[in-house]
Amino acid sequence: MSPEPTSAPARPPRKPMPLQLKAGLAITGTILLLGLLAPWIAPHPWDTISMRTRFLAPNATYWLGTDEYGRDVLSRLLMGARLSIGMGVAATLFSLAIGVPMGLAAGYFRGWIDEALMRLADVLMAIPPIMLGLLVLAVTPPALWKTALAVGFVYIPPIARLARSVTLTLANEEFIQAAKARAESTSYILFREILPNAWPPLIVEASLRVTYAILLGSALSFLGLGAQPPSSDWGLMISEARSFLDRAPWIALAPGFAMCLLVIGINLLGDGARERLDPRLKARLGKA
Amino acid sequence: MAAYITRRLAFVVLVLVAVSMLVFGVTTLLPANVAYLILGSFATPEQVHALELKLGLTDPVWQQYLRWAGGFITGNLGESTLMNRPVGPMLLEAIQRSLMLTGVSFVLIALIGVGLGIAAALRHGRPLDHGISVATYLGIAVPEFFWAIVVIIVFASWLGWLPASGYEPISAGVWEWAKHLIAPTLTLVFGHLAHVSRLTRSSMIEVMQSPYITAARAKGLPERVIVLHHALRNALLPTITVLALDFGRLMGGIVVIETVFAYPGLGRLVVFSIQNRDLPTLQAAILVVAAIYALANLLADLLYARFNPKIRFGRNVA
Repeated sequence: MSPEPTSAPARPPRKPMPLQLKAGLAITGTILLLGLLAPWIAPHPWDTISMRTRFLAPNATYWLGTDEYGRDVLSRLLMGARLSIGMGVAATLFSLAIGVPMGLAAGYFRGWIDEALMRLADVLMAIPPIMLGLLVLAVTPPALWKTALAVGFVYIPPIARLARSVTLTLANEEFIQAAKARAESTSYILFREILPNAWPPLIVEASLRVTYAILLGSALSFLGLGAQPPSSDWGLMISEARSFLDRAPWIALAPGFAMCLLVIGINLLGDGARERLDPRLKARLGKA
Repeated sequence: MAAYITRRLAFVVLVLVAVSMLVFGVTTLLPANVAYLILGSFATPEQVHALELKLGLTDPVWQQYLRWAGGFITGNLGESTLMNRPVGPMLLEAIQRSLMLTGVSFVLIALIGVGLGIAAALRHGRPLDHGISVATYLGIAVPEFFWAIVVIIVFASWLGWLPASGYEPISAGVWEWAKHLIAPTLTLVFGHLAHVSRLTRSSMIEVMQSPYITAARAKGLPERVIVLHHALRNALLPTITVLALDFGRLMGGIVVIETVFAYPGLGRLVVFSIQNRDLPTLQAAILVVAAIYALANLLADLLYARFNPKIRFGRNVA
């Protein structure tokens, strides 16, 4: 922070890690760790039905209480963490895998390829995401992996658009012209020259997309078009707990709070990363 | 401007045609045989085949599509396979109820969002500002169905003030009607406040620092007049487009909210028709939602163009 006399061209000092990023890392990391370790740290079996322990309020043995089948809510929550995170990450990877090549092609080749791909994206974006997800899922019997695919499909257009706009700016750079002058192959230019430079904004976008994906996926599970019983997917847990809100609100509140925490954690992570990677944005936010 | 609007409208029509093909294409992939659904599980194969012929289900897909799309244009949306009644009137009822819900929510989002945005801007950097940021952030970061459940637990289970779900027509009494609307509205509003309040806040802060506000202050105008008459007018421009976009987002939000609160609108109709493989209803409902969504987005673009002459018409248009 203190102004130091420098003779070298001004290079901003390495900033300390923003608080957001730290908090985001801590929250997301903890949930991720708990989810990964779930089979070993879960205090009770997550799927064993026990009629004697139904609807127990949170207590010393069952920290978050038990559900309508007498299953430990905490254990189910921990097992569900991996499902929710896995679903979100898988969906995002899927939309990256399809959307990024689409955007690269559209932005690099321009012309009719660009026109066709972007109009296709317009059509897909003309349906609200959840409706598009429902439409895709209506075709087959529900399962969590299908939900992940559907969610990934829904978020292909925004990823493709971003990849396209990044490619558009990169395609005019000198190093691309140099590569062309060297008669490099198109695939080399696309994947070895443009792609590595396009990654930073894409990664940030993708990390924020993970939260959208988790929210959308859990909403679809909630509507019965995702994970199926006895899975402990958080959306499904909340959905099943709806009938018992009167007598056992903890069954719904536990996964609900867990999801809030996860989404907030990933959002902080994404915002923090964006702030760090994109100095222009920081200047803009600083002004406001 | 007129040329721009025409072009955009034409584009929306094209998009909707494409959406209709998509919707029709996907739904014909469904492993449900409409004839079988209508006749029930005791139908003989001969009966099923006869009905298929009658309904034209053996025709090529593109003929079926044209027949369906033609019906849509002339107002014949087909017959619900589940309810055995025309889709049209059923859909219209659902649309009315959904528009009521989204309309009320929309007005509240606009008023409360702008109000919070102004309040935060005028106190920016102070505790009130941070409080508003955190509250609206929670609204957006948390799944809508979770808020819905919190609302049910608090207002229906604990306080007992509101019914947990359902719908009453206004003919059953204004209070009865309103009571069923409050919980879903509350949930929708809370989930959508953040965009509006954040944008109002940041543009308000920017405007309040501009020279003409300093001039107004120098003239000795009261702060209230400066904020409401001078600053707000300019600060609201970006907010207006976001509001139009938010209306589109609300159309997506109603799917979950209506299902949780058992509110018989468009969103619930979509979920219901998927669960029951009611293809004609599903196709029509999704197309209607897409149309409303596309029009809201168009409106957002037009408002943006109207208030921002800097954007070049014709450049970013297909």
